Amino acid sequence: MTQTLSAPPTTAARKPVVRRRGGGISYAVYLVPSGVLFVAIIVVPFLMNIGMSLTRWDGIGRPQWIGLGNYTRLLSDGDFWAAFEHNIALVIAMAIIPAAIGLVLAAALFDVIGKRFGPRTASILRACVYLPQALPFAVAGIVWAWILAPENGALNETLKKVGLGSLREDWLGDPKLALYTVMGVMVWVQIGFPLIVFMAGLQRVDPSLYEAAEIDGASWWRRFWYITIPQIRPELYVVLLICTVAALKSFDKVYILTNGGPGGATKVPAFYSWQNFFEKTQVGYGAAIATVLTLIIVALTAVFLRLQNRGEEAGS
Amino acid sequence: MSSVTVRRRTPGSYAVLVSLIVLAVVMLLPFVIIALNAIKSPAEYSSHGPLSMPKGLYLQGLKDFWQRVDFGGKLFNSLLISGSVAVLAVILSVLNAYALGIGRIRGRVSIMVVFLLANTMPQEVLVYPLYFFSKKAGLYDTRLSVIIVFTAIQSAFGTYLLSSVLSAFPREILEAARMDGASRLRILWRIVVPISRPTLGVLFVFFFIWTWNEFFLPLIFLISNENQTVPVALGVLQGQKMMDATMTSASALLGIIPAIVFFLIFQRTLTRGITVGSVK
Repeated sequence: MTQTLSAPPTTAARKPVVRRRGGGISYAVYLVPSGVLFVAIIVVPFLMNIGMSLTRWDGIGRPQWIGLGNYTRLLSDGDFWAAFEHNIALVIAMAIIPAAIGLVLAAALFDVIGKRFGPRTASILRACVYLPQALPFAVAGIVWAWILAPENGALNETLKKVGLGSLREDWLGDPKLALYTVMGVMVWVQIGFPLIVFMAGLQRVDPSLYEAAEIDGASWWRRFWYITIPQIRPELYVVLLICTVAALKSFDKVYILTNGGPGGATKVPAFYSWQNFFEKTQVGYGAAIATVLTLIIVALTAVFLRLQNRGEEAGS
Repeated sequence: MSSVTVRRRTPGSYAVLVSLIVLAVVMLLPFVIIALNAIKSPAEYSSHGPLSMPKGLYLQGLKDFWQRVDFGGKLFNSLLISGSVAVLAVILSVLNAYALGIGRIRGRVSIMVVFLLANTMPQEVLVYPLYFFSKKAGLYDTRLSVIIVFTAIQSAFGTYLLSSVLSAFPREILEAARMDGASRLRILWRIVVPISRPTLGVLFVFFFIWTWNEFFLPLIFLISNENQTVPVALGVLQGQKMMDATMTSASALLGIIPAIVFFLIFQRTLTRGITVGSVK
């Protein structure tokens, strides 16, 4: 700290050397409070979780070392694989579908509404689509569980009113339907996020590109395909990564909408590990599931970041 | 005005407008239905169902629910936890980013990667050891435990984002301050913090809303009624299936209102902030 207060250096050549030597120590001081917290809250628990995953433990007695036993059990556990498949469905509902819809919506709002009906109209419409994103999922989940209730739920009542009573279903209670219903709710929750990121991305696209294409007589669809998508590719990568990771972390969605049911039809790995930790008290097995989930997420993040870098290099 | 800025409103563009308005209505419909039913009496609900317009303003359901779950207490817990986390995590992010982005200390890339990894980790991988330790430390079922954990988690993201923002901080300003004999702490407090205030504001909003919306860890750490946050209290009640239809919609409406209030207050910062976040 005292180093910075030293007399102003007389020669430009000496200055950087002095600063670098003292600076390394001095600046690191600023990392200490966070470093301590980070080690205590994230690093130690993470390592301990890996340790736990190598044991059989009910959370109370002494953990019993079983090596990779939990992991071999995982490979042959049909429930885990089913949970994994359900999670892929949620990735589709939370990342792929919202990104695709978001692209079209962003282009329509930016290109058509913003230019012909004014930016205010566009931003009001954007806010309406974004609103579900502002809610805690616990609240959104209550709203939808209430709408989708089999008896007296607003959706079934509406179907009855318009004479489609035969289409009434137990949306969240039928094992064949529950996962699709959860997917539908997630699309509603999620599309605001890609929309807002893509619209922000479109702001920086050079308008002359569109004007030139329009003068050349390119259709809206061609402009969308050849200008919009390539121009906001960086945003597309970020959105897909963030939403995929979010989907893989789904716990609250399942807990609130279906509690994993009916009959495990909507169970996902995050929920399954929680069940093992706190309901079945198979702590070691729960820890193994959580570790595998973490590995998948980290690997996926690494792949995405690499693709993104390659995409940027190709684009430039 | 040039011919380029004046756009003709073709029939096609009206079709786009209409379909987007329909979409916006569909997105908002659940909120409207909840609001309509939250102000109906149970008798009115059972005789006319969820789709009828309310005959009058019946606020007893909202009042009953508020008192039954001590909603004011839940709001206070959520405000306390989210506010503390947002302030503490912004402070820690700034300190870290000062060392990593401006100080450029050795190994800063690997440190940033570690913070990024921590941010992508699912909370399930931390939950049991944290649960175990917090019981040992006597912090289990306290709001403080949740504040500590989320300060660590949020500041991991904040450090990552802010470090890259601060690494582009104009060097001439720092140099000039140093020439004037300002200490590092003074440069941080008097120059770096004021200049990056918009970004810090965005981080504050993010941390506040993210913590407010958190469900998993608070569900596990806050088991007693008087410590619960709004989402946990509502989620637990929903799971118990103890509420009738009008009370459920009252509970949902009370959960929606704070979120909409924050949304309106923070909307400008938020829109700007997501742009910042997307330029990783």
